[in-house]
Amino acid sequence: MDSQVLDKLKILAESAKYDVSCSSSGTVRSNKKGGLGNTVGGVGICHSFADDGRCISLLKVMLTNYCIFDCAYCINRHSNDIRRATLSVSELVEITMEFYRRNYIEGLFLSSGVVRNADYTMERLVKVAKDLRAQGFNGYIHLKSIPGASQLLVNEAGLYADRMSVNVEIPKEQSLKLLAPEKDFKSIFTPMKFIGQGLLESKENRQKFRNAPRFVPAGQSTQMIVGVSPETDNDILHLSSALYSQPSMRRVYYSGYVSVNEYDNRLPVLKQPPLVRENRLYQADWLLRFYQFKVDEIVDDSFPNLDLEVDPKLSWALRHPEFFPMDVNTAPYEMILRIPGIGTRSAAQIVASRRYGKLNSYNLKKIGVVMKKAQYFIVNKELPMRTINELKPETVKRLLTANPKKDKMEGQLAFDFGG
Amino acid sequence: MLLDKEETTPLFYDEICVIETDTGKSERVWNGLKKRISTTALHCVTCCWLADSYPKSDGWLADSYPKSDEVIFRYIYKCFKSKESIETNFGDPDVLELSKIYHQVSYENLRVKQFVRFQKTKDDIYFAAIEPLHNVISLSVEHFKDRFASQKWIVYDTKRNYGYYYDMKDVVRITFNDNNMLTHNGIHETIMADDEKMFQNLWKTYFKAIAIKERKNPRKQVQDMPRRFWKYLTEKN
Repeated sequence: MDSQVLDKLKILAESAKYDVSCSSSGTVRSNKKGGLGNTVGGVGICHSFADDGRCISLLKVMLTNYCIFDCAYCINRHSNDIRRATLSVSELVEITMEFYRRNYIEGLFLSSGVVRNADYTMERLVKVAKDLRAQGFNGYIHLKSIPGASQLLVNEAGLYADRMSVNVEIPKEQSLKLLAPEKDFKSIFTPMKFIGQGLLESKENRQKFRNAPRFVPAGQSTQMIVGVSPETDNDILHLSSALYSQPSMRRVYYSGYVSVNEYDNRLPVLKQPPLVRENRLYQADWLLRFYQFKVDEIVDDSFPNLDLEVDPKLSWALRHPEFFPMDVNTAPYEMILRIPGIGTRSAAQIVASRRYGKLNSYNLKKIGVVMKKAQYFIVNKELPMRTINELKPETVKRLLTANPKKDKMEGQLAFDFGG
Repeated sequence: MLLDKEETTPLFYDEICVIETDTGKSERVWNGLKKRISTTALHCVTCCWLADSYPKSDGWLADSYPKSDEVIFRYIYKCFKSKESIETNFGDPDVLELSKIYHQVSYENLRVKQFVRFQKTKDDIYFAAIEPLHNVISLSVEHFKDRFASQKWIVYDTKRNYGYYYDMKDVVRITFNDNNMLTHNGIHETIMADDEKMFQNLWKTYFKAIAIKERKNPRKQVQDMPRRFWKYLTEKN
């Protein structure tokens, strides 16, 4: 390996960094004899955290950042004047193996700019995954499927990869066509469908033959860019919910748009990436996946955007005071999940513990319930004090969003000690 | 309060009761425990035993430093006293405390798996040093054994001065007599494999390149990757 590799890795990592997906979850596979690596626990391991606080679990890199497409929101667009590089298949395989041996990474997340055509690019990606497996690499591989790639290649890729993904990027087709003229919904959803089909077929086969090959065991994921086009949270979350209804879709990522191509007047000018909105979307996503919420309960046409001040669960509770106060000693698990300040772990512990005796607020606090929030929404063994129905939702919201530090400062006397 | 033979007695303690380890008795208790609680709960007790310095869990209960050994003692006592298993009664302070200590220890175990960094030596052994908060490296041995089955490795706890060596067949516990080969953050350059420095540089370069400047968030970084691990992290040196 020569010194150029260092430079290439730098360029190609910088080109890949705007893809937010990094998780190495969804597969449990122990090592094979003489092989290198396993995937553990179904949740993956984060090995490091970059300066932006994001986890580094996989070696996230592009095979090449040359691209024939000209998508307005992308740093690697054809008309951008940036440094371009290509890693050879053998270089990438060696870097991945050596990084893995040193416990730097869980595996590889490989993507690529489109060179010549979709199938040519896809073939190269498949080659990397195939070579890695041939050398005994048994860690995690996440492959990007190139929009417009043929079913044959997607099917081959699925045999080596743990997870595959096609990015939706823009939640409405008309905006997508405006910003990425070479793409349309068909080129995105077709490979997605191929992956889903392959997974179903492999599942059926494995029920008949135990040794039938596994096909993308960790399913697929996708990503949407937030704040680059005029779509509301309602549009975004409804699309997510529809995507989650496919059994193979495991994760939808939301990427707050970072202004990379400021000169393009189709794009909004943002001083800062919309981080709060992105965070609220993830919280809403969690409500869909783990808290048994329906998408219409979180956003609808009359309430198209999430409240940036409070999290979506609290926001739902404030709009529905009729469900509260809830008795933690009798309410079913699904309803306890809906109380602000109680997460999945606390809810499970409450349900497990209350069989031994009624819980009071001291028990709840010890269990890990955020009483500051939950106090307005629950009754326990003790008498309820001031719940949402006595206080009115607006007051509760004001109490919870007020900045306690600032209030304290204002209430304190300022001594002037003089000079 | 439980103390090791070499440990010094803390202030204001003068009555010392020496207890010799009796495997017969301890096995009897352990077997009895096996009948009363699930394997998951047994694992929690094991993890709790590995907890070393255990800081108080909440600030608002002043001057109570729950000691993990006392918690284990009371937990086992309650297990034997109760007719049914108490392991899910989180309303009981000792059950809750045990589960909290368990979570801390298993989190530290996860961090060992996350932040161990191997350095390759001239004789093809991948060496990693680490200083976990609790005595947890024994918990991660199986993980490394499976994952790195095709390479020799050592995971070494420099704080407690012992480690595990895997020779591509078995894992043995080892202790270094002298630490001449070690520097403050890994192995000496003289015994490093030729390409080790190059891969370390590649990794450092990658680590810098992957961060998005516009989203800089040092607070989150320290939260997820505590500073006490940075000493042995290749990318942070």
